[in-house]
Amino acid sequence: MTMAETTGVKAKRLSDAEYADNFSDIHPLLTAHEALVEADRCYFCYDAPCMTACPTSIDIPMFIRKIQAGNPVGSAKTIFEQNILGGMCARVCPTETLCEEACVRETAEGKPVKIGQLQRYATDTYMSRELPHPFKRAAATGKKVAVVGAGPAGLSCAHRLAMHGHDVVIYEARPKPGGLNEYGIASYKATNNFAQREIEWLMQIGGIELKLGQRLGTDISVESLAESHDAVFIGIGLSSAYTLNIPGSDLPGVEAAIDFIARLRQAEDKSTLPVGQDVVVIGGGMTAVDAAVQSKLLGARTVSLVYRRSREQMPASRYEQELAAAHGVHLVFNAKPVRISGANAVESVEFEYTRQDGANLVGTGETVEIPANQVLAAIGQWMEAEVGELELDGTTLARTPENRSPMPYPNVWVGGDCAHGGEDLTVVAVEDGKIAAENIHKTLMA
Amino acid sequence: MADLSTNFLGIKSPNPFWLASAPPTDKAYNVERAFEAGWGGVVWKTLGEAGPPVVNVNGPRYGAIWGPDRRLLGLNNIELITDRDLEINLREITEVKKRWPDRAMIVSIMVPCEEQSWKAILPRVEDTGADGIELNFGCPHGMSERGMGAAVGQVPEYIRMVAEWCKQYSKLPVIVKLTPNITDIRYPARAAKAGGADAVSLINTISSIVSVDLDNFAPMPTIDGKGSHGGYCGPAVKPIALNMVAEIARDPETRGLPISGIGGVSTWRDAAEFIALGCGTVQVCTAAMTYGFKIVQEMAQGLSDWMDEKGYATIADFQSRAVPNVTDWQYLNLNYVTKAKIDQDLCIKCGRCHIACEDTSHQAITSTVDGVRYFEVMEDECVGCNLCVNVCPIDDCITMVRMTDGADPRTGKPIDPDYANWTTHPNNPMARQAAE
Repeated sequence: MTMAETTGVKAKRLSDAEYADNFSDIHPLLTAHEALVEADRCYFCYDAPCMTACPTSIDIPMFIRKIQAGNPVGSAKTIFEQNILGGMCARVCPTETLCEEACVRETAEGKPVKIGQLQRYATDTYMSRELPHPFKRAAATGKKVAVVGAGPAGLSCAHRLAMHGHDVVIYEARPKPGGLNEYGIASYKATNNFAQREIEWLMQIGGIELKLGQRLGTDISVESLAESHDAVFIGIGLSSAYTLNIPGSDLPGVEAAIDFIARLRQAEDKSTLPVGQDVVVIGGGMTAVDAAVQSKLLGARTVSLVYRRSREQMPASRYEQELAAAHGVHLVFNAKPVRISGANAVESVEFEYTRQDGANLVGTGETVEIPANQVLAAIGQWMEAEVGELELDGTTLARTPENRSPMPYPNVWVGGDCAHGGEDLTVVAVEDGKIAAENIHKTLMA
Repeated sequence: MADLSTNFLGIKSPNPFWLASAPPTDKAYNVERAFEAGWGGVVWKTLGEAGPPVVNVNGPRYGAIWGPDRRLLGLNNIELITDRDLEINLREITEVKKRWPDRAMIVSIMVPCEEQSWKAILPRVEDTGADGIELNFGCPHGMSERGMGAAVGQVPEYIRMVAEWCKQYSKLPVIVKLTPNITDIRYPARAAKAGGADAVSLINTISSIVSVDLDNFAPMPTIDGKGSHGGYCGPAVKPIALNMVAEIARDPETRGLPISGIGGVSTWRDAAEFIALGCGTVQVCTAAMTYGFKIVQEMAQGLSDWMDEKGYATIADFQSRAVPNVTDWQYLNLNYVTKAKIDQDLCIKCGRCHIACEDTSHQAITSTVDGVRYFEVMEDECVGCNLCVNVCPIDDCITMVRMTDGADPRTGKPIDPDYANWTTHPNNPMARQAAE
């Protein structure tokens, strides 16, 4: 039973069955048969392009060959060696712009090996069996490292440090660990509480203490952590969303897409979540797509995803764009918001069309008004945090190639989205944490 | 439209595709379905002597190896000859032959190596109206332990002796089915000919263990914890079969002896290759057991289409055409120089050619050029081995190109247009000196 005609921002637009269906796993786990058929397609390339394209350099041909050879557990170990959050990355990586785009079968047939799904097959197989944690801690070094932020960068860093025998304390501001994995990914990409299950599994390495509700600036400080620990890793992400700076952006019904997504992820019962009859999402990244698609899945009648530049320039991949379109999201390109209107709450958003004039994006003067009773802004995030005297590069933390903070504390490393050049990708954050951990280890043991 | 009909030892069939003696030809029901699907003939599953029939195991009878996507490449079986009563088989053969007079009906026989046994069964088979008999001297499992099958096929004197009995006690054409489980296939073939056999068919299955169950440490298929070697067949054995067929086809002592080719025939192309090496018909089993009888339609139509394309009106037009080109290594032209060439438009940059050459051959293929992933043959290192062609996943992406002039950049030697082989090569201590 659909009740999508209900106006305004309302919950319970769909039947229980529709909610369950809409928020089920978008790519269910491959069966053993499917995995074998797919694994057989891998050519085991030399110096494989997929491996080069993977930010964590997972030996993809090797893990696929292990699946093919009937050794999914060994396959998972190959993945975890490079990427301890291989299970989450298998779910959320935009593989179509990473490993799968580089796959030679994409060149050959326009149909890459389903690397992401095979990775999930291997890692889920490992984690679903009652197997010991794949890594053992080295002998205790007596060194103590603080990790700030329990997102992908921090977790990856902590795990690698613990493996090398260091004692790690993770300080996390939110009530749950996981960062974007827990709060920032579309629900259908990480169903069944996967983020928390993965973290519990990761913690089996031992030697990691997790302290929740510890916010930089209020409960802890970079300076004091740097003094009380042998090393500090900062991986706090970009916690705050940029807000629309146009008339009407303070009207009820306008909010940051990341808050909408976080609420959705935390809701046990999706039917309790209010969603607009007509939703407008402003932005062009994966957050925008996640917010738009999930608005539709919550029962919105119309969802428009409006991006100020062209389709080609959209940060969300073509696959993500098609996913949105397939869910009935209306994609609008080359339109920038100029005004949000409404009596007591948002009723419409006015956009001005744009065109590229050399390096500049200019308005054409032509406008369009899109009705909306919910507006989700996904126009980027910034690091709103008390980072003491840590050197900045623009609005993010400066870093060396080893992910070390250049100044002024000698024992601070940084990584993930809060670090300069962050790519807003889980897998890149994991790699940052790993590089930092290896460098911390080298430095502490020197 | 090409004429696919064959006349093998006077036995006519509408096409050269016969079903080999095996489970698919064990009873009238299967054989009729085969004929309906278009098979040109069958070799009825091997009959034993009168009396209580053999018994088969009631556990698994097959094992296999697979290629990608579980494509069946090799099949191994431990099934024996027919386990049905002789009288029932003879009656069904008679009935089926009567209903399908235009199809070849060959009856496979395996009885003890005693004259009386053969003398007893041959008239019974002849009475069915069958077109010919095939002597099963090839079965490598079970029956061989009882002195039959491959146990006979491995002793040329026995082959000759039994063939002689069959010619003596039957008017039917005699085909001797050879076992590949010997060192030199020419000896049993010569023995068959010496015994008066009209033809040979080969290969029977190869003694094999296809796999070992690593939980129970027993060969597969496993029957109550134990396994026995079986007979191996399917696409994997085709190269072995082709070689053995060619050996017989070009042996001066057996040249011209009709051959029915068996061993991994799965497509029209396989059949054409067997025929080009001298076979008059081909026999098929594994392909039918994998895909069902309909597969013959692809085979017959494919062969016909290819013959039309090439302008061959009849099977005889291309039969044995490859035999003169099978030679000994020592006669290969050592002045023939080829270099691999990679078509960059087709290359998908998997790098398999590079790593195969780099790790296991002659370090003649680049992996990068000017810092970019690029696979190119270095002609000054390439020995022309063809490994890269074989590991490349793309058809025709890498080809071997003959050098016809200039010098071989690897050896610096000018390309010699004349033929020269090892027998006269200066490095050959056995080289024959030219007459003064």
